[in-house]
Amino acid sequence: MIHSLFLINHSGDIFLEKHWKSVISHSVCDYFFEAKEKAVDPEDVPPVLQTPHHYLITVHRGKLFFLSVVQTEVPPLFVIEFLHRVADTFQDYFGECSESVIKDNVVTVYELLEEMLDNGFPLATESNVLKELIRPPTILRSVVNTLTGSSNVGDTLPTGQLSTIPWRRADVKYTNNEAYFDVIEEIDAILDKSGTTVFAEIQGVIEASVRLTGMPDLTLSFMNPRLLDDVSFHPCVRFKRWESERTLSFIPPDGNFTLMNYHVSSQNPVAIPVYVKQSISFFESGPCGRLDITIGPKQTMGKTVEALMVKIHMPKAVLSANLTATQGNYTYDLPNKVLVWDIGKLNPQKLPNLKGILSLQAGAPKPEDNPSLNIDLRIQQVAISGLKVSRLEMFGEKYKPFKGVKYVTKAGKFQFKCAALYEPFLLSFWTILFFYFTTF
Amino acid sequence: MSASSAFNDEKGGSSSVGEPEYGHDPASGGIFSSDYKRHDDLKEMLDSNKDSLKLEAMKRIVAMIARGKNASDLFPAVVKNVACKNIEVKKLVYVYLVRYAEEQQDLALLSISTFQRGLKDPNQLIRASALRVLSSIRVTIIVPIMMLAIKEAASDMSPYVRKTAAHAIPKLYSLDPEQKDQLIEVIEKLLADKTTLVAGSVVMAFEEVCPERIDLIHKNYRKLCNLLIDVEEWGQVVIINMLTRYARTQFLNPNMNESLLEEGNDKTFYGSDDDEDEEEEEEKKSEAPMPKRKPYVMDPDHRLLLRNTKPLLQSRNAAVVMAVAQLYFHLAPKVEVGVIAKALVRLLRSHSEVQYVVLQNVASMTIKRRGMFEPYLKSFYIRSTDPTQIKVLKLEVLTNLANETNISTILREFQTYIKSMDKDFVAATIQAIGRCATNIGEVRDTCLNGLVQLLSNRDELVVAESVVVIKKLLQMQPEKHSDIIKHMAKLTDNIQVPMARASILWLIGEYCEHVPKIAPDVLRKMAKSFTNEEDIVKLQIINLAAKLYLTNSKQTKLLTQYVLNLAKYDQNYDIRDRARFIRQLIVPTEKSGALSKYAKKLFLALKPAPVLESPFKDRDHFQLGSLSHLLNAKAGGYQELPDWPEAAPDPSVRNVEVPEWTKCSSREKRKEKKVEKPFYSDSEGESGPTESADSESDSASGSEIGSGVVGSVSGTASEESEEGSESEEEEEEEEEDEKDKKMTMKKELKKPVQESESEQSSEEEEERKHERKKSKARKSDSESESDEDEDSESESSQSESEDSESEAEVKKKKKAAQSKPPSKPVKKESKKEMSLLDLDDFEPAPSPQVTPLNSFLSNSLATDLEGLSLSDAVLSPATLSPCSALKSYELLHRIRGEGLSVEYCFSRQPFSPDANMVAVQMQFTNNATSETKNLHMEEVKLQSGMRVKEFPEIELLPAGETATAVMGIDFCDSTQAANFQLCTHTRKFFVSIQPPVGELMRPVFLTENEFKKEQGQLMGMNELSEKLTLDAECRNEHAIVQRVTAAANLSRVPCGSDRECRFAGRTVTSGSLVLATVATKEEAAAQLTVNCEKMVIGTMLVKDVLLALTQ
Repeated sequence: MIHSLFLINHSGDIFLEKHWKSVISHSVCDYFFEAKEKAVDPEDVPPVLQTPHHYLITVHRGKLFFLSVVQTEVPPLFVIEFLHRVADTFQDYFGECSESVIKDNVVTVYELLEEMLDNGFPLATESNVLKELIRPPTILRSVVNTLTGSSNVGDTLPTGQLSTIPWRRADVKYTNNEAYFDVIEEIDAILDKSGTTVFAEIQGVIEASVRLTGMPDLTLSFMNPRLLDDVSFHPCVRFKRWESERTLSFIPPDGNFTLMNYHVSSQNPVAIPVYVKQSISFFESGPCGRLDITIGPKQTMGKTVEALMVKIHMPKAVLSANLTATQGNYTYDLPNKVLVWDIGKLNPQKLPNLKGILSLQAGAPKPEDNPSLNIDLRIQQVAISGLKVSRLEMFGEKYKPFKGVKYVTKAGKFQFKCAALYEPFLLSFWTILFFYFTTF
Repeated sequence: MSASSAFNDEKGGSSSVGEPEYGHDPASGGIFSSDYKRHDDLKEMLDSNKDSLKLEAMKRIVAMIARGKNASDLFPAVVKNVACKNIEVKKLVYVYLVRYAEEQQDLALLSISTFQRGLKDPNQLIRASALRVLSSIRVTIIVPIMMLAIKEAASDMSPYVRKTAAHAIPKLYSLDPEQKDQLIEVIEKLLADKTTLVAGSVVMAFEEVCPERIDLIHKNYRKLCNLLIDVEEWGQVVIINMLTRYARTQFLNPNMNESLLEEGNDKTFYGSDDDEDEEEEEEKKSEAPMPKRKPYVMDPDHRLLLRNTKPLLQSRNAAVVMAVAQLYFHLAPKVEVGVIAKALVRLLRSHSEVQYVVLQNVASMTIKRRGMFEPYLKSFYIRSTDPTQIKVLKLEVLTNLANETNISTILREFQTYIKSMDKDFVAATIQAIGRCATNIGEVRDTCLNGLVQLLSNRDELVVAESVVVIKKLLQMQPEKHSDIIKHMAKLTDNIQVPMARASILWLIGEYCEHVPKIAPDVLRKMAKSFTNEEDIVKLQIINLAAKLYLTNSKQTKLLTQYVLNLAKYDQNYDIRDRARFIRQLIVPTEKSGALSKYAKKLFLALKPAPVLESPFKDRDHFQLGSLSHLLNAKAGGYQELPDWPEAAPDPSVRNVEVPEWTKCSSREKRKEKKVEKPFYSDSEGESGPTESADSESDSASGSEIGSGVVGSVSGTASEESEEGSESEEEEEEEEEDEKDKKMTMKKELKKPVQESESEQSSEEEEERKHERKKSKARKSDSESESDEDEDSESESSQSESEDSESEAEVKKKKKAAQSKPPSKPVKKESKKEMSLLDLDDFEPAPSPQVTPLNSFLSNSLATDLEGLSLSDAVLSPATLSPCSALKSYELLHRIRGEGLSVEYCFSRQPFSPDANMVAVQMQFTNNATSETKNLHMEEVKLQSGMRVKEFPEIELLPAGETATAVMGIDFCDSTQAANFQLCTHTRKFFVSIQPPVGELMRPVFLTENEFKKEQGQLMGMNELSEKLTLDAECRNEHAIVQRVTAAANLSRVPCGSDRECRFAGRTVTSGSLVLATVATKEEAAAQLTVNCEKMVIGTMLVKDVLLALTQ
């Protein structure tokens, strides 16, 4: 299984290494650096590389590469999923997963890695179990520890490790018992130039934050569970119950966790919250182009669209943009050729507009491709699919918890294509006929 | 500094702090002195009495290790702290030890005694971590000690320690492979362990140490299957992968007889069917009995594996989902594999690394099972923000999915990709188009033409790639495309990419007979620039010259000589060789041998067209999801996926012996559970009984139409009597078992696969006992009791009851005369009522395509809910072609419409703006080269009373695009046509829509009694009946229902008799009832009765339905 792990930062320094079996020289990373050189974007580095004696499996998280070395056959997803779990754990412990944070907490990181893998096979990955073994650093605790000499490491086996519900520890106590659920939906869509939906779907996730005393057993039911097409659950959810009753029944982990991910069935049409009127054109003569974008609300369920942002990856030839925005402000990131227009709240009375001139590199040919627009937005208090939680019940404990559900809709990969369709493949009957005759 | 000197230091150091070190340092290393100074203070801190100082020192040392710096010289100072009381110091010392023990073996031995003490500690965590470190120290001398420790830990009380022992096994094995035999013994012992905690780890050890000892799994197979859902995620992956291999050696190929129809019957006999099969069973029943072939019987254990892994498709862990997916791909019957598609598509939302791996596997799957992913075509569309490697993989999947029906959609998508800024991706797209063109003959010309137009693209890379692909395409039918070759010949002036130039030259040479005038001219130009060309182009120039010389020596003789002369003195020996070789071949001299006679045959032989095939072809001989599959090369330690055996090995090896004592305890256990119940009352009360009820409905739905949905509801009904029913249920089960046994005996004789009756029943019995024993053991093991335990318990008992009951069920059906057990009928009754309610509930479900068919699909709908139904998902019309299920009519032919063609169909969907209107879905296709604007309707001419709700204007329909719109027409319950004009921005077309009578109604749901009552009121003049002879293909219930519902928008009414099919509906405008009955008689005779208030409608409907049934 996993032999060694190297953490590598963006500039290519190995700043942490850990070996679970015998030591492997970090020169093995050279193969990775070679591949990284070749790739334009860090995303383009192949996640699995073959070297003469080892296989390198890498994930890219934040600005770090988690590079693991394996020597024998292992399901690649197993390693990839685990490495992401490691990154998640760091995030959970330290608030973020960055080079500086890992360097500051190197001992805790090392202890964590030691607990998470034994001989390269995952041992404890539940954050709840880990937190009992190694307590997350806080300022208060570090002060207390220096004064009393007590340590951050637990000396008994976490109860979760042995029970059949490893995600929850025993003896949880809170004075305020709360359970909050955030239903977050993301719209993934591709729309073509005329505004017709080429592809649209809704992906949702329910993030929970549960702080309840004891061993509560929760049941969450929906008004319209038939909307849900495909689901994946936190291990705590009883699958049989879901199959038979379409309710989520579970003993929750303590703290924050992702309860479920879902996909809204494609039978239901997807409401597209905004429309875009846009024209980007480059002139055949003269090194410039024109841009004119207006955004308006479409199906917003009566709520305001917030945090609206437009991102355009410009063709390489575009040197600068001289634009005026009626609302918000725009920036043009020259090295990456990205135009970002941060609009903020969408006012239906006065539609935001961005207009002006793009100047091109002199002598460069006119870009043939019109860039596509990536839209980012947020709508509070509504789940765009119409999914609603009908009730949350608690069994197994006597107190009355405080419950809350929040809905948010966001744009996922929301893209307006500007490119005019490429004609040749849209042959009509006549052209085919024509073609047919000319061949003889 | 040598290890021994450090060791000496350490001896003195413990008493007098750090003194001797000062003496050594300056002597041992001058330049590193500063380094050593720093290490000195670390040593000092380690030797101090204060834990906080020690801790600080250890932290600094660990930080050094983390950064990859050498801290080996501190070994002696660190190792003596191994016995430190402070647990954190101790842990960090362990970290250090594991890292450096291999380098300093002698010193490491000092710590061993501490670990040996630790192994006896009362704290299980300390025992476990002592074993962990002891086994991680890679020192060969201690192998016997490790062996002893592992053996001891394998029988430890704590499952956590046993888990650690399982982890230690591969460590020891890699250190000393000699120990294999002893280790296998330990593995065997741990495999028998009944806790979920150990299962994953020991299977991992099994895979690393002795994957070939498949025989060790037999006895544990069923246990592993049943525990699987409770094992932690990582263990699940390992177990599933191992079980895939196991199943391949032990079971028969479920797809060996393509027809799966027999499966249902035999399987119920075995008593191991489950919800998935009901569909098939159902199908079977409705269809006429097929002639018996040699039946395939799925081993119940095989089924057990498939059933128990399926819920894991919903796991949050991508690796688990992938593991289940590959299991289904390699093991499941074809019809069931489809369930994995949805889950895999879901993973595409995950991190890009996950996407990368999943897409690789999907690409392999799509080659074998294209249908599976077709409904998810759009999920593989490419976004401009995807990384290039993901784009290319998605392209691969899209290409694999292309077929005659979706090719136009895919090509349209491809066009947008061609404009992408990512040139590698554009090149890949062009190749993909080429592959589509070779695979699908219908679009070859379209693609070719498109590619030819790309030749005038400004980007040279695009042009070059197009040339290469065109070359391959032209090779398939060159005679038709001489003008393309001409066009390409012109390109030689501009294109500089060597590969493209070479391709063009090869083409011209190959087909020089089609372009007799141009070819010599091209050669002339090439001869001129010969010296400046790339090698690959030069070779093709020589080729071209040779071919021209053979066909047209008059014009090209001199040119060829010239080229060959140039080549003779080229720097590249390849080119020189080629020139020499060709000269000998084509230019006849006195010396030239026999070969020159055949020169023409050699050069101008017909070359086979290249096959453009996927790089993923045949990759699935590697187990999917494995590293080897990803790399398409065997990775170290990869275990081949064995082929299915010809004949199934003895299944009895998986039977488990149960010791005597567990039998008596099973009763006790039940009691125990009941006492505990109030504590868990809420959760238990809901989950426990529900599941057992679920199983009942599972088996029941096999015999009842549409009761599948119901399990849950009846579950709550039985909840009230929960307290008492527990034991009752059990008894009932046993009773049924008794019955089964008797029946099994009768059936046994006919059974194809021989297995003695007593064996089977005792096997079941044992299984159950075993099950109980297991859960008891688990209970006492785990320190904190939880209802999860209960869950799995009831789960297992559920599967048993399911088995036995469904068995009984079928037999009951077969021998209808036999009396039923007293408790049964009551239950069934209530269920039926519920089912009606539930179906009612389904009626307004917003899936228009299903509505007209819902009466006979209802049970598949139920299964659909559970995400099983493959056929439904595949056919789901909404995803691909919006009205494939419905008959569509032509409104405007594309020739009459000057490129605009319009089709319409009756979508049978309620028309929301006005309920009295019939929804007409129109599909506009613009086949012209220019766009059409402002599509709308005008001048509606209607008979009195009719009304029309126009469709919203379509502002723009670009060339080649398709748009759909829905309009509503109130036909006033008549079949008169609605006439109107369809206008574009340039033209107007007169069109009319005339509905078939069957579309003038909408389905209503009636019960049998209601139906009879209503029918009684519509007698006399309102009743029409007609005798008919059924069409040969329409003599079963299923076909009749299908044909009638296709002809008229009616819904089916449940009916007690299987000789009658009843349908009901209401006319759209007036809401008058329309009832239809088809009663079948002997042979193909049947009688059709229609009752309807509106006699005209009734008469016409009779005519239509008659037509549908007899043709």
